[in-house]
Amino acid sequence: MNTTLGRGPVDSATRRRAVLRRTPLGAVALAVAAVAAWVAFLADDTPAGPATQDPGQFLVTVLDAVTFAGLLFVAASGFTLIFGLMRTVNMAHGSLFLLAAYIAIRVQESMVGQSRNIEPGHVGMLDWLVPMLAGAGVAAVAGLVIQQLFLQWNEGQELRQALMTLALTVVLADQMLREFGGLAQTMVWPGTITHFLSVQGERYPVTRLFILGVAVLVGVLLWLWLTRTGTGMVIRAGVDDRQMVRGLGINIKLVFAVTFLVGSFLAGVGGVLGASFAGAAPGTDGNWLLNSLVVVIIGGLGSLRGAAAGSLLYGTVVAFSPAYLPSEYSYYAIIMTFVLLALVLAIRPYGLFGRPA
Amino acid sequence: MTARDLLTRSNLLGAALVVVLLVLPSLATAYFVNFVMTQTFILGLAAATIVFLAKYGGMISLAQFLLFGVAGFMFGNAAQETGARGLNLGWHPWAAVVFALAVTTAAAFVLGALASRSTGLYFLMLTMVYAVIGYYVFAQIVEISGPGGLTSIQRPDLLGPPVRLYYAGLGLSVLAYVGFRAVGRTAFGLALQGVRDDPVRMASLGFNVPLHRALAFTLAGFAAGAGGLLNVWWNGQIDPASIAIGPTLILLIIAVIGGISSFEGAWLGAFVYVLIFTYLRDLPLIDRVGITEARFNTVIGVIVLVIMMLSPEGLTGIARRLRRRLRPPARTGPAPSTGPPLPVRTTEKELGVTRR
Repeated sequence: MNTTLGRGPVDSATRRRAVLRRTPLGAVALAVAAVAAWVAFLADDTPAGPATQDPGQFLVTVLDAVTFAGLLFVAASGFTLIFGLMRTVNMAHGSLFLLAAYIAIRVQESMVGQSRNIEPGHVGMLDWLVPMLAGAGVAAVAGLVIQQLFLQWNEGQELRQALMTLALTVVLADQMLREFGGLAQTMVWPGTITHFLSVQGERYPVTRLFILGVAVLVGVLLWLWLTRTGTGMVIRAGVDDRQMVRGLGINIKLVFAVTFLVGSFLAGVGGVLGASFAGAAPGTDGNWLLNSLVVVIIGGLGSLRGAAAGSLLYGTVVAFSPAYLPSEYSYYAIIMTFVLLALVLAIRPYGLFGRPA
Repeated sequence: MTARDLLTRSNLLGAALVVVLLVLPSLATAYFVNFVMTQTFILGLAAATIVFLAKYGGMISLAQFLLFGVAGFMFGNAAQETGARGLNLGWHPWAAVVFALAVTTAAAFVLGALASRSTGLYFLMLTMVYAVIGYYVFAQIVEISGPGGLTSIQRPDLLGPPVRLYYAGLGLSVLAYVGFRAVGRTAFGLALQGVRDDPVRMASLGFNVPLHRALAFTLAGFAAGAGGLLNVWWNGQIDPASIAIGPTLILLIIAVIGGISSFEGAWLGAFVYVLIFTYLRDLPLIDRVGITEARFNTVIGVIVLVIMMLSPEGLTGIARRLRRRLRPPARTGPAPSTGPPLPVRTTEKELGVTRR
């Protein structure tokens, strides 16, 4: 009798706490349902219109979201790979992105033999692939040099490393402005993929699907590398316990260097895709550092699955908010990114797949 | 604390420095006072809020410059009566000051509460995202920022002459320096430092860890807002580009140059930055080596890189180390009153964050 009486308040307190813990989750579920209802039925005064009335626009927006998520994933996967193993937040990631873009544009110009107004028809697939590899290769080497010069000897001092790479960002941005000028430049897609598909009566560019294809390829290759090769195994072990890996006699310095090389290469690939998709200009570096940060904060630092999930969520918000906000409020689209961050952090402070650093 | 305890060498030095700064307007040129020194105080005040969060809270914030800008925009919108840009509410200047500080503090509380469960690198990244999103908010919502920014913002009549703005900057800086240090000794400040060192233990002792972080962020936001008001009065205008990622990084760099866990360092860093910014072009032969004003960011970046390579504690850390090396242990015997040194457990600090 006594015990049952005694357990009463404890039970109710536990229950109340459990309810409190579930409140953010419920709020998020409610918000998602409300947004879905809005997009499907209510979005009348918006650029796109309700999805039930205009399925074509809806489908195009979904495609926009997924393809942009692909680009986000390519850029953010390198960032999260480097962090996962080395606990280094490479704030120069955006600079490497922009550097690769500029180099690729230069190489393409010299391959085509024209410096401006290049017609996509004059660009063969090789005229795009070779500059892409060149740009990403330069970014990879630059990243490796940064790691060897500035990050290798102060391993473990995470904030010092973050601040050093931030300083590098300032220097690199200034030097790129000097070298490549302040005007926006674009990389030209090869003529073979500059077509349009017809999606429910809407024209949709094939190039965006190409970006998605590259992203899927990158994701699959990364996954195979990390799960099926010896290096990948060491990297995964290093993510879990660096000291143990070192204790087993594995040269982890070499593994660090390789990881940084690959991570910077991925930043470079993202940069070339981004330059073909939206151009490269001063400020692109900061933009893409922001994009990578948002993706990994949502998805969880150091997790490849998190990078994919974060890219999809962020890509969805970026594509949907200008299309489905009422027309006079489409300026406020940027705030939706903030709302997304707030919702995710309210449930999981370390991101969807992250764990405490 | 008796008057005698206050008579330490550093306190005397600080008081002497303040006296020198008080009479500075009659010693130095108007340009040095109204341009170099006033800007030093404004940026130093903003950088001191970063130091406060890093030193006591272990949180390196990149959002301080955003809050700095929020105060400026709010003042501009509330105080301006006419003009093509902004809301033109036309309030009394001091009402606008209160409004701007209230909005800034509220924004700081919301942002701080949202970030209160993340620490270290996560906090740095999250506040960086705040800074960039805040920039886009002001850049895209032109109702509150006016296309191209708010211009010809008048300061209150009380601060009319430029030299009064200098004194306002000096006063607020001294207040912030003394105030932040005093906060570090209050119950709240001590709990905050406990939260920095061991959040789990503090939580189990019954302290509300996220609340302490959020309140510290709010206090820092309030001080940054005061700096932002000075800034908008000094500039007379504010535009979204002035709170973009570039200036945001510069403010962190100022805090880092001086040493991110020392309050003196904030103003020292600001002074060094403003000196470089102002006088670099006057150095002889400087353009021969390819350094012009356009390459200014490279110079600043390289300086920060070198400082960070030498010492993560910035200029104050380097100075402390030099002093230690120049003056080997001067004490010949144990100090008479204290006896053998107490076994104090010291923790290694890296950039204001405890390393284990």
